Amino acid sequence: MTLLSVRDLTKHFPITGGVMRRVIGAVRAVDGISFDVAQGETLGLVGESGCGKTTAGRAILRLIEPTSGEIFFDGTDVRALAKEPLRKLRRKMQIVFQDPFSSLNPRMTVGASVREGLTIHKLAEGSAADARVRQLLEEVGLRAEHATRYPHEFSGGQRQRVGIARALAVEPKFIVCDEPVSALDVSVQAQVINLLQDLQRAHGLAYLFIAHDLSVVEHIADRVAVMYLGRIVELARADELYAMPLMPYTQALLSAIPVPDPDAKRERIVLRGDVPSPANPPSGCPFHPRCQHPQKDAACSAIVPPLELKEPNHWAACIKQLPTRISWEEQQSAGATRPPERIVPVRATA
Amino acid sequence: MTPRPLLSVEELRTYFRTSAGVARAVDGVSFSIAANESVGVVGESGCGKSVTSLSLLRLIQRPGTIEPGSKIELEGTDLLSLDDESMRRIRGNRIAMIFQEPMTALNPVFTIGAQLAEVPRVHEHITRRDAWARAVEMLGTVGIPDPAERAHSYPHQLSGGMRQRVMIGMALMLSPALLIADEPTTALDVTIQAQILELLAELRARTAMSVLLITHDLGVVAESTSRVIVMYAGEIVEQAGVRELFAQPHHPYTEGLMAAMPRAGTKRERLTVIPGAVPSPYEWPSGCRFHERCPYAWERCEREHPPLYEIGVGHVSRCHLAVEPERRATPHLPLAARAGAGA
Repeated sequence: MTLLSVRDLTKHFPITGGVMRRVIGAVRAVDGISFDVAQGETLGLVGESGCGKTTAGRAILRLIEPTSGEIFFDGTDVRALAKEPLRKLRRKMQIVFQDPFSSLNPRMTVGASVREGLTIHKLAEGSAADARVRQLLEEVGLRAEHATRYPHEFSGGQRQRVGIARALAVEPKFIVCDEPVSALDVSVQAQVINLLQDLQRAHGLAYLFIAHDLSVVEHIADRVAVMYLGRIVELARADELYAMPLMPYTQALLSAIPVPDPDAKRERIVLRGDVPSPANPPSGCPFHPRCQHPQKDAACSAIVPPLELKEPNHWAACIKQLPTRISWEEQQSAGATRPPERIVPVRATA
Repeated sequence: MTPRPLLSVEELRTYFRTSAGVARAVDGVSFSIAANESVGVVGESGCGKSVTSLSLLRLIQRPGTIEPGSKIELEGTDLLSLDDESMRRIRGNRIAMIFQEPMTALNPVFTIGAQLAEVPRVHEHITRRDAWARAVEMLGTVGIPDPAERAHSYPHQLSGGMRQRVMIGMALMLSPALLIADEPTTALDVTIQAQILELLAELRARTAMSVLLITHDLGVVAESTSRVIVMYAGEIVEQAGVRELFAQPHHPYTEGLMAAMPRAGTKRERLTVIPGAVPSPYEWPSGCRFHERCPYAWERCEREHPPLYEIGVGHVSRCHLAVEPERRATPHLPLAARAGAGA
């Protein structure tokens, strides 16, 4: 059952200039993204820095106000909510941040941090709240007596566990996990990933798992959305996306992951150049200046490719990847010289 | 092994004496690097890998000291006995270093061309014009497009990947014999990381330079080095050729690191974890420093600090399993997992 439904979500940050601070442009951080998250599901959201994945996660919770688009959570129109009902809804939608060092108040004991949500949402008081805090700390793999300690007394992994306990305290249905393990060492990272998976099973949680580490996302996600310059360029079941990426960008991204096997044979696609600025994105397909699709031509810089169904449950935004509803005639009138073709996916052999 | 390596480090100890006690960050590390070799150092934060690399350049600041008895020899020269002026000439000329965050390592108020040109001006006393020409040439070598024009850019005008290229260029200005790269791609996206690793491999093939690559990423090590040193708690715990290490990791810590990495085909299964966290350098555990987190540890491991056992050609491991291999058949719950508190 669909729990969260996002349609054409955009977030543009204004660029001001001159002495009058007039708006002279916009950073199109999130530029029209749509997806659903089902109950108990993990949707991975991947992309390079600056692609808008973090902004997307925050805009969904309205931690930053979206510019346009629709967000429906459990049947509620999130964007239509006034402050008070939104605050109530947040009990169901939580977030875990990347940096467990800056997301906890250094002057509050961890117990007090975890307890905050219980108080705000009037879920428990007094000794009942104390008991609940102890239970939560134990559930995330800490000890009940840790409640009286301060964040600086904990390691990075332990702090991330506190962050998770905090989110869990209000019994949410959905948690945005914004790079929850990228600040952690490999061995600790594995502990936190296992914890997130255990909690998901125990509570039927849905996650939007935002990360730049594609191996972590492959491990934890049911479906994966790939973002590039504020847009979703591919969306598919995780195993399918990793086995048969249809977008040239996804192929390049996957082929760039270093494989911990010295004998791995692979064809690496090394992308030229950097991600363009979202303040001045390329025309047409945002990826066209770096694209290595053999059929790339003038139409790619003229037509914005829609995210369309290429295979069952596999969406991609590429007019050169069949099938596409941008007809060959339409492409030709935009200057196309090479007809669309299904290209052979390139995947690093792991 | 070549008869005389480019760099040889023996019993390196770097301690930090603070009011809290003595932090034995690097505690008896010995290794060598041959000419044109690429050696990887892996380990988690706090294991001593960065302090090791800073020690090689004698860039340890107080309260840190390189302890007496340590030896660092580069091309036959004992670096620890050099005066400051001679050591300054070694830096850049013979050993250069690049860091994780190029933004903090570049000066924001000078153009990148000026910063590169300064290197030969200081070390070789050549003219401004020649130095500038060398800087532009180097920017081209490290793959900066339009180098003549880009030389006039300031660091903030470049992307992270471009800045790291500039850093590499600056490090290579004086053709060093050894390049130390400390997490050179950790702050970069995977597609940019691939570009930088490719560039380093290319430069190593073109010059006779050796590379010491410090990273926490086993994937990066597997792809870019021929020999790997695994560090834990201030010590080398395993060293082997890259193929051998990945095919037959011997030390339980190496084994654990490999198992903890999510990779294709492990979907939705529980990842194997190393319980607990890296101990504090003020108080390394007794016996084997890994024993509390180890699934094979027995009494001997709590009592006796293991030496580096030779377990194959060029393969050493600091683990008593080398002499009691049958113990590997009976793993148990490590001490750190029994204590209950997650890391």
